Amino acid sequence: MTPGVLVILVLVLGGIGFVLGRRRALQSAAREGLKLHSLPGYYGQTVALFTVVPALFLMATWLFLQPIAIENSVSSQIPDSAVAEGSARSLVMVDVRRIAEGLDSLAEQGALSEQVLLDMRADLTNVRSRLAEVGVALGSEVSPAVFEAAKSYRGIEHTASSIRTVAVLIAALVFGAWAWMRIKPRMRARNVSETFVKALLMGSSLVAILTTVGIIGSLLFESIQFFKLYPATEFYFSTVWNPQFRGGSDFGFLPLLWGTLYVSFIALLVAVPVGLMIAIYLAEYAGSHLRSFAKPAIEVLAGIPTIVYGLFALITVGPFLRDWIAQPLGLGTSSSSVMTAGLVMGIMLIPFISSLSDDIINAVPQAMRDGSYGLGATQSETIKQVILPAALPGIVGAFLLAASRAIGETMIVVMGAGAAARLNLNPFEAMTTVTVKIVSQLTGDTEFASPETLVAFALGLTLFVFTLGLNVLALYIVRKYREQYE
Amino acid sequence: MSEAATQDAVNASVEQPVIKMRGTGVNVFYGDKQALFDVDLDVRQHSVTALIGPSGCGKSTFLRCLNRMNDTIDICKVTGEITLDSENIYAPMIDVVELRARVGMVFQKPNPFPKSIYENIVYGPRIHGQVSTRAEMDEIVEKSLIKAGLFNEVKDRLQEPGTGLSGGQQQRLCIARAIAVSPEVILMDEPCSALDPIATAKVEELIDELRVNYTIVIVTHSMQQAARVSQRTAMFHLGKLIEEGPTDKMFTKPDHKLTQDYITGRFG
Amino acid sequence: MTDMTADKPAASTGPARSLLKVGERTRKRNAAEKRFRMLGLAAVVFGIVALLGLMTSILSNGLSSFNQTYIALDVYLDPAKLDKNGNRAPEDLRKITTFTVQPLILSAMQTMLEERELAAEGVNAKQAAALISKEAPAELRRYVIANPDQIGETVSFDLLASGRIDGYFKGRVTMESAALDRNISPEQLMLADQLKQAGLLELRFNWAFFTAPDASDTRPEAAGLGVAILGSAYMMLIVLVLSLPIGVAASIYLEEFAPKNRWTDLIEVNIANLAAVPSIVFGILGLALFINFVGLPQSAPVVGALVLTLMTLPTIIIATRAALKAVPPSIRDAALGVGASKMQAIFHHVLPLAAPGILTGAIIGLAQALGETAPLLLIGMVAFVREYPGAPPEGFFDPASALPVQVYNWTQRGDPAFIERASGAIIVLLVFLLIMNAVAILLRRRFERRW
Repeated sequence: MTPGVLVILVLVLGGIGFVLGRRRALQSAAREGLKLHSLPGYYGQTVALFTVVPALFLMATWLFLQPIAIENSVSSQIPDSAVAEGSARSLVMVDVRRIAEGLDSLAEQGALSEQVLLDMRADLTNVRSRLAEVGVALGSEVSPAVFEAAKSYRGIEHTASSIRTVAVLIAALVFGAWAWMRIKPRMRARNVSETFVKALLMGSSLVAILTTVGIIGSLLFESIQFFKLYPATEFYFSTVWNPQFRGGSDFGFLPLLWGTLYVSFIALLVAVPVGLMIAIYLAEYAGSHLRSFAKPAIEVLAGIPTIVYGLFALITVGPFLRDWIAQPLGLGTSSSSVMTAGLVMGIMLIPFISSLSDDIINAVPQAMRDGSYGLGATQSETIKQVILPAALPGIVGAFLLAASRAIGETMIVVMGAGAAARLNLNPFEAMTTVTVKIVSQLTGDTEFASPETLVAFALGLTLFVFTLGLNVLALYIVRKYREQYE
Repeated sequence: MSEAATQDAVNASVEQPVIKMRGTGVNVFYGDKQALFDVDLDVRQHSVTALIGPSGCGKSTFLRCLNRMNDTIDICKVTGEITLDSENIYAPMIDVVELRARVGMVFQKPNPFPKSIYENIVYGPRIHGQVSTRAEMDEIVEKSLIKAGLFNEVKDRLQEPGTGLSGGQQQRLCIARAIAVSPEVILMDEPCSALDPIATAKVEELIDELRVNYTIVIVTHSMQQAARVSQRTAMFHLGKLIEEGPTDKMFTKPDHKLTQDYITGRFG
Repeated sequence: MTDMTADKPAASTGPARSLLKVGERTRKRNAAEKRFRMLGLAAVVFGIVALLGLMTSILSNGLSSFNQTYIALDVYLDPAKLDKNGNRAPEDLRKITTFTVQPLILSAMQTMLEERELAAEGVNAKQAAALISKEAPAELRRYVIANPDQIGETVSFDLLASGRIDGYFKGRVTMESAALDRNISPEQLMLADQLKQAGLLELRFNWAFFTAPDASDTRPEAAGLGVAILGSAYMMLIVLVLSLPIGVAASIYLEEFAPKNRWTDLIEVNIANLAAVPSIVFGILGLALFINFVGLPQSAPVVGALVLTLMTLPTIIIATRAALKAVPPSIRDAALGVGASKMQAIFHHVLPLAAPGILTGAIIGLAQALGETAPLLLIGMVAFVREYPGAPPEGFFDPASALPVQVYNWTQRGDPAFIERASGAIIVLLVFLLIMNAVAILLRRRFERRW
């Protein structure tokens, strides 16, 4: 039974539990002639919660742990001899998994019966071509040991799934029944179910923490793998980025860092003055009519997906810059360039900066403006000498958040900046960024355990640390600023 | 101008009152709502004019008309005529910036800029181009602070933020800030309502001293304060000017019953 | 004016400096004021121009994808070729290949040209048949399998014209560009003109764009958004089902129950940070955690949805907390005052009052998720998928595409006709987003309360 169906089944059981619990509460109250402590619905709710929550929790944990357990037990079955020279056990395991998947789809399509599959042997059948029929392409012929491992992988997985289904259903029934048995008129069902709900609420708030832990965990784990294969100093200080399919790659981080910073710099150069001036104009000069229209419009604009801007860079801005500026001036012939990506990213950031700055400028109390106007200052003098200095921390915060967004932006640079890792000053040259390389290293067909793939995690980790620093600083500044005027 | 000459001017004004500002038929509208009805009021030079009346009577509105602070409110419309030295300040070619340099304002809540004390004071003179060198600035800061009676308290921390002062000090800083531009008229909108009694006493004392050199219009809710600091008092009620006259007379035998009731605390 | 110092009060009786004469310095300051204001206006204009440029670029490139060129053709479904055994057995029919069908189209084209007496110099029958999309044989094959009884009849089809012909009628391909093009010749275009005059070729609204699956590199005219729209819909469904309850539950806990201590502070900072973490990092998380570790299938909507849920959660939590905060404490007090438990006060009174704000936040979060591309690239949703995913819940695990990823996918193809498709897909995406945002704004306007 697949997890989806199982979830639905558990939910149905929960529904039944609700009805039964409610009925039992009413009946027992009538029988004993006592008043129920809580409304009858709470008794039903208690039973339903006890039925559903532990079962689903069990299932989630199981789904999470099952692959690890199976992986370990199957991995130990593979003799060292089956691991080819220069390869790793984890690479062999990738093959095992893929063969198992292929066998699954063979069985599903009805091309082979279960029995035939079990009897199939790698040394007798051409497993590779059979699997190719169902779209599983293998790099080499399958060795008998690997094939047997795959078969046992499949077997264990099937058994585990069956046990999982049974275990989850039993959990649902046992906990549900236990809660149902406990129903007595004097039972404080409302308190029980409320405590339960509160625990659920608390659990939900942990998801955010778990996400962060997951991000840091996965980035760190894989990055460490990478740094075991490739020295960190070379990664961070080399100026050559040249990944090869067949090993011996150079992964110099500096050209990527340069491209990232250069693009972000141009983007901020466009976005900060324009965005800030728009915010000032809307906050200080525009009439309430224009404001009531412009404010939501800017928010909607800030929600335009970056792929839209990416396409804009690719089909319009890039060719325009190349044909009208770069080529006539002899600065380059590439339509994807730092300038293209920077300009378009700047346009993307304008509503973001405007929206943030507008909030910040509006947080400056009216009394400041009155004080300045009362002294005979003009509006622009008031803005430049009173409002902006007062709002400066907030604006710096907004600027840092924008910088963090620019550095982490992916689609615009993937479609507008190019893929060549270069250290160059000419903004009309194609350069590349950290995010572009993460995408290109992880969407290729390289093996997962190779440094060519793992480098993406090291890049991701660096990117994460960088943006995290900017975000924390920005949020701290903005928070302090808000407190000042509250 | 020598001390004696100043004194002459003061004497002259006592003998023959000079009308510094004059409102004639002033109506103010906030959108559809009329806030002031046909107000005629003179402000005499070198005297303190107090505007009193219950909340919402239009006294603050009138005050804000005198240096066109109401311009910052979109829906506010002013008709009628207000003159400064016989020139209509609502005439089309008038520049509010120049007007406000001559008619300064101190607000209800102290509102120092989030800058240093020094910067707070030189801000006005600098934008009006009255000072340019460091020496001039130092001088104006010292003079303004001395006049506002704050110099001794803050002279060692001029570079500290103005927001770090106590409420009363902040308000005197705001007065010093207004004086620094050397206005002719200073408008004060309940300048003591956010202050404790001791700070209030200091500010009132200051107002009395400033009268010698400036023309002051003050809005206040406190009858005692009006009696203590002002020479003339104007009573507003429901957007209308009820009566206006010397403070002594207003507080002893007002012409109008409403004034009598308000002063004795029967309403308001 | 500069000679005035603080020392000199206005002792004069007449105007010392007339207000009616604007001073030199004031004039300069007013000029500066005007300049500054113009600068602000210029910034606004720049923003609007950039936006118009963006929209014009997308619309001018993409609107044409909603129309498609079709060629009407009567095809004789030759039994000798399609069903050699003559028994119409489905399993035999399924073995028909597009190579079997191709000659039928060729001869149908030939017949039509002869009947209508249409010809262009230097265009042989094969080149004439090349006006028709390479997708046409596949369409014919499907038709034959579905309607075996029609074998032996002559059936009228409206077949897709090839991408170049389609481009010709949309202005993308010209006689000059055709002369340089290996795939099409000016003569073929002339023939297409004749077909159009004969009423056999027309531009029609392109329903298939919204329903058909993606097509390979050589047949942009057949590429559609069907799989992508379905994949996006699946993902949005899961995102909504997961992120709304979890987000609301987390917000209720943080806003109403959580003690104010370091731990909840940490959660708060953490949520604010998550909202600003680059989306691609979530993609890496999805790849490492859900695909490599848990072993969920690549390209599956369920993985995309999980990643997007984690990304959407902070948005929903921030919006929900703001909505809860906006409900005044008096409401809680009133409920507690009549003896409701805290939980009851929140679920019966506070939550319903905060619901419009929460919904608005959820819609905006979903809109963000709908347009997110980068993380989906990493979890393999960029793969070429032609099969529709199955019905949920099983279909959640089938490979699918997503709208923004489909756009990216098309921009990576060689044929310029795919740029038109990509822009068209962007328009579809933007229309969805516009609808969602409009609903959110309407909700806010309609139910916004001021306390």
